[in-house]
Amino acid sequence: MVWAERHRGRLAALAIAAVVIAVGVPLWWKTTETYRAWLPVAQINELAQLQLQLSVEVEVVFSKGTLTAEHQKKIPPSNTRQEEHVVDETTRLRYRYETRYRTATIMEEDALNQSTAAEADISLHMLSESPSGSVVIYVVPESSTVLPEGVSVYVGQRRTALLRAGGQMRVAVALKEVLASLETWIKQVLQVMSFSHGDITAALSDRVRPGDRSREGLADSMRAFKSSPGYEITFSLLNPDPTSHLLHWDVEAAISSYIQPLLSKMAPVANFSIDSQILYYAVLGVNPRYDPTLNAYTLNADSLSHVINPVEARLGSSAASSNPVLNFLLYVPDSRHSPLHITDHRRHTVPSNAFSSPRWGGIMVYNVNASGTELPVDVHIDMRRVMGVFLPQLRLMLGVQSAAPPPGFLIGPCGNAGLADWELDRLMWTRSVENVATATTTITSLAQLLDQIGNIVINDNIAEQVSSAVASLQLAVGQLEVGNLGLAMQYSKEAILQSERAFFDPSLLHLLYFPDDQKFAIYIPLFLPMCVPILLSLLKMASEVRQRPGQGQAKKD
Amino acid sequence: TAICQSITQLMMWYANNAKYFPPPSTAKDQFQEELVIKPLHSGDIYASFQFRTQWDTDFLLGSKVSHYRLFPKSLGQVISKFSVRELHISFTQGYWRTMQWGQPFLPSPPGAELWVWFQDTVTDVDLAWKELTNVLSGIFCASLNFIDSTNTVQPSASFKPLGVGNVTDQRFLRYAVLPREIVCTENLTPWKKLLPCGSKAGLAVLMKSEKLFHSSFHSQALHIRPVCKDWQCKSTSWELRQTLNVVFDLHTSGQGKREWSLFKMFSRTLTEACPLASSSKVYVDITDNPQLFELSPATPLVSQAVVLGDGRTYSVYDLTDHATFGQTHSLNVLLRWRAAEREMLRPLLHGERYVAGYGLQTGEIHTLVYNNHPYRAFPVLLLDTVPWYLRLYIHTLTVTSKGRDNKPSYIHYQPSKDRLQPHLLEMLIQLPPNSVTEVTVQFERALLKWTEYTPDPNHGFYVGSSVISALVPSVVAMDTNNTQERPLFSSFFPCKEESTYFMRIYTEPLLVNLPTPDFSMPYNVICLTCTVVAVGYGSLYNLLTRTFQVEEPSQGLAKRLANIIRRLRGVPLLT
Repeated sequence: MVWAERHRGRLAALAIAAVVIAVGVPLWWKTTETYRAWLPVAQINELAQLQLQLSVEVEVVFSKGTLTAEHQKKIPPSNTRQEEHVVDETTRLRYRYETRYRTATIMEEDALNQSTAAEADISLHMLSESPSGSVVIYVVPESSTVLPEGVSVYVGQRRTALLRAGGQMRVAVALKEVLASLETWIKQVLQVMSFSHGDITAALSDRVRPGDRSREGLADSMRAFKSSPGYEITFSLLNPDPTSHLLHWDVEAAISSYIQPLLSKMAPVANFSIDSQILYYAVLGVNPRYDPTLNAYTLNADSLSHVINPVEARLGSSAASSNPVLNFLLYVPDSRHSPLHITDHRRHTVPSNAFSSPRWGGIMVYNVNASGTELPVDVHIDMRRVMGVFLPQLRLMLGVQSAAPPPGFLIGPCGNAGLADWELDRLMWTRSVENVATATTTITSLAQLLDQIGNIVINDNIAEQVSSAVASLQLAVGQLEVGNLGLAMQYSKEAILQSERAFFDPSLLHLLYFPDDQKFAIYIPLFLPMCVPILLSLLKMASEVRQRPGQGQAKKD
Repeated sequence: TAICQSITQLMMWYANNAKYFPPPSTAKDQFQEELVIKPLHSGDIYASFQFRTQWDTDFLLGSKVSHYRLFPKSLGQVISKFSVRELHISFTQGYWRTMQWGQPFLPSPPGAELWVWFQDTVTDVDLAWKELTNVLSGIFCASLNFIDSTNTVQPSASFKPLGVGNVTDQRFLRYAVLPREIVCTENLTPWKKLLPCGSKAGLAVLMKSEKLFHSSFHSQALHIRPVCKDWQCKSTSWELRQTLNVVFDLHTSGQGKREWSLFKMFSRTLTEACPLASSSKVYVDITDNPQLFELSPATPLVSQAVVLGDGRTYSVYDLTDHATFGQTHSLNVLLRWRAAEREMLRPLLHGERYVAGYGLQTGEIHTLVYNNHPYRAFPVLLLDTVPWYLRLYIHTLTVTSKGRDNKPSYIHYQPSKDRLQPHLLEMLIQLPPNSVTEVTVQFERALLKWTEYTPDPNHGFYVGSSVISALVPSVVAMDTNNTQERPLFSSFFPCKEESTYFMRIYTEPLLVNLPTPDFSMPYNVICLTCTVVAVGYGSLYNLLTRTFQVEEPSQGLAKRLANIIRRLRGVPLLT
């Protein structure tokens, strides 16, 4: 009887414990859970280990007189060269150059027989259009007069280069040797026309710590703006003294004739919006010093760093978008501080009278001789001169590098757009690699953050954005691999946009943060009185179960 | 039918705004500045700055406008990005006392007020409004980002476009007031930055914030609207008006002396006009001169203007003229009172508002509208926006004038939705001559969720001002000839009829106490509930798991005692 009663009590305790575990715990878990949508973690981790392959299609065209007939027959249709670089433990690079060889067509021969390289370049371009990212190299005989004396490589406006066949090419017997000697030149041409390893590692600076890179290279890469899907370009005319100068600038016409062609050419890289304003009573932050030897006021290079801040307060931030702003300021000094010259570190006046601030913009000082008697003097600004300074600065800020060509190279004029096709390609290579690097770091750090802080609610739209960013990233990497530069650029831009949108989504800020001490302060009044009896009775039962076999044996004895 | 006429009259007035012509000009953009100083009957001084930038361009049609000269770039970008047709924003500290000071040139409610007409090409007006308020709060360093659907309304009649254009569909209008917004230096600095000369030259040099905010009333506003380019009105241009109104208190800072000068008011004097301004003038209201005060330096220029239904005379100082500054090269206008202050004519239209009732459950909002005209009745449009947490009982709405029921001829009521939209009540009421019209409506206070209370809930909750818009009968004939050049202060609200003028007044904002809980309550409730549950659960658990045993019936106390004695005696025990 007593035993039966005890058994019932034990069963009841067990049942309650079972209910608490089977119903209570899941219920508590479910009701206090934060919603976390599924994220493609495996794919993100895959992207964290970035293996980039860049493929360049090279076409080498032999013109008449560069190969013997025997060689022409034996020439292989194509040849693939690969370079592998390990940048750091998570990033690997592989460059793949697919070289195709062929002989020139008759029309190409005609084009190559033009008198100058520039003309040849234009007529060659008329014959065929090469896709963006590819390079065509025409090998011309050593005796050819197309190239000027002493020049071995001419880089044209488009994606073509003319290469003078080396002297040893004729005497070399084996085709292999001919191609090998050509190869060293082709390598150099490609470094100029598509990308060099230095550029690519600089573009990867978001992922890779700049360890042993030189200070110079670092400064170079920091001058340009970071890659962004859009830029705002603002031209500001600063007139510190409107009582004496009445300035007129035809900025609209100047922009459409000087700046717009460059920007329309760069449209695949980013969107640009341009505006201009005139600011009155805007002064520089530094008082220029009078230099009696020059009979002018001077601004030293050391003091230029203090110039921008007071002006910046007047420039006004862009209200309409969050893209980075490139500022170009044209400063017309007032008559009391005029003429004003900018001097370099060795106290020589800078001929352009302008300077640029990395990742910010440029400032140009425009002196006017206000000799008029009646104030204010009407001044019409020579926009050709102004844009001649601002355009190179703009190219620099946007990352169009104009590195000095290796010896023996002649760079052709860049055309009326201010940007050669191969320069654009070069920019697109680095920009798409940079975009991919930035987007992968954004996505991986977002995934890491969400992994570390379990209280962040992940809504479906975030998960969607992350997934689409990952998809675009994979597409961009894939397009780079097959050498489809235009599409790669486009996908990488999408990836960067989507990843940033996911990263900066305001819903992630609604962090359900409950400190542990407060959580326990609320749980303890309920959980402690409920769990203690259950635990105690379970413990008691366990000890009884353990004792019973012992008792049984004792009884037997 | 008389009522219908008055509605159509008021509507017509709005419709005819389109016929407003600014002075003709040759330049593509021009800038004007103006300061009006008006000695008030109370002895205070009212200073009103107006800056107008006008630009013959179109932000919305054709090519993108992106080259700015006098017009501020940041505002131009806002207009073209959000397709704004009209934008009116004001920041006000203090309340304009109509009974003591008369009418301001441009009225504004305490706190921040923003109303925007969007172009009819905007598809998602709510989204544009949300983004616009965020951008504007960035531009003006103000908490306009607190504008959301719970304090935004679309008035059907009270706020019609003031510029040209014929879109009057209220779907494109958004109106919001933040009565709690505190205005200070950080709002003035960005406002000054929008002026072409900044605060470096012209009238804006007078704007020293420590003086401007040491005043009884401070209001800065910005109005953007399209206006006619010329009197033919074939094309439009954009007008940006920046206004700043200040009332300086004579008694607190005058040290008993009854004299005023520019230097005393602003601690600066004027030395030059803004070189970019096509006109730069200082007006001093001398209608009451010479009985009331003396003005120096004297100026030969005198201008007559009809302002707010009253003919006024002004002394004019033209800053573009070098002779104005005299030999000292500076202009310091000085006013010296001669007579003691006089009674002011009571303003024709005046409004008041207060909350009645006791306790924290119900209450009653009373709005009093005064018509002080001795013999003429006129209609007014009354706009009330009440937050959702005051639940209006609209069936208790009564409108009485002179003890009799005064039935509004037009009522537009939009009920509130909890946590979504406020109450909107618009009425057209005919005010009998020389009367007080009382509008009452009862409300119940809602209980908020504990996270919805402001950081200082015992201070109370603000309810924005009521807006009263009216066409008031004018004492003198209004100037309806819009083609001639007029001072800026008299040309903002256009005038169509000679006999009436448009006026808008704001009542006081209300401060209402809501039932406020003890904010440690949730934790107490959790603890209490948990304890009760735990006690209940504990007894149930005990009942279920306790083992019951039949205990040996114990011997009685007497028997036990007997047994002890028996043992001592050695007698056999009892069983």
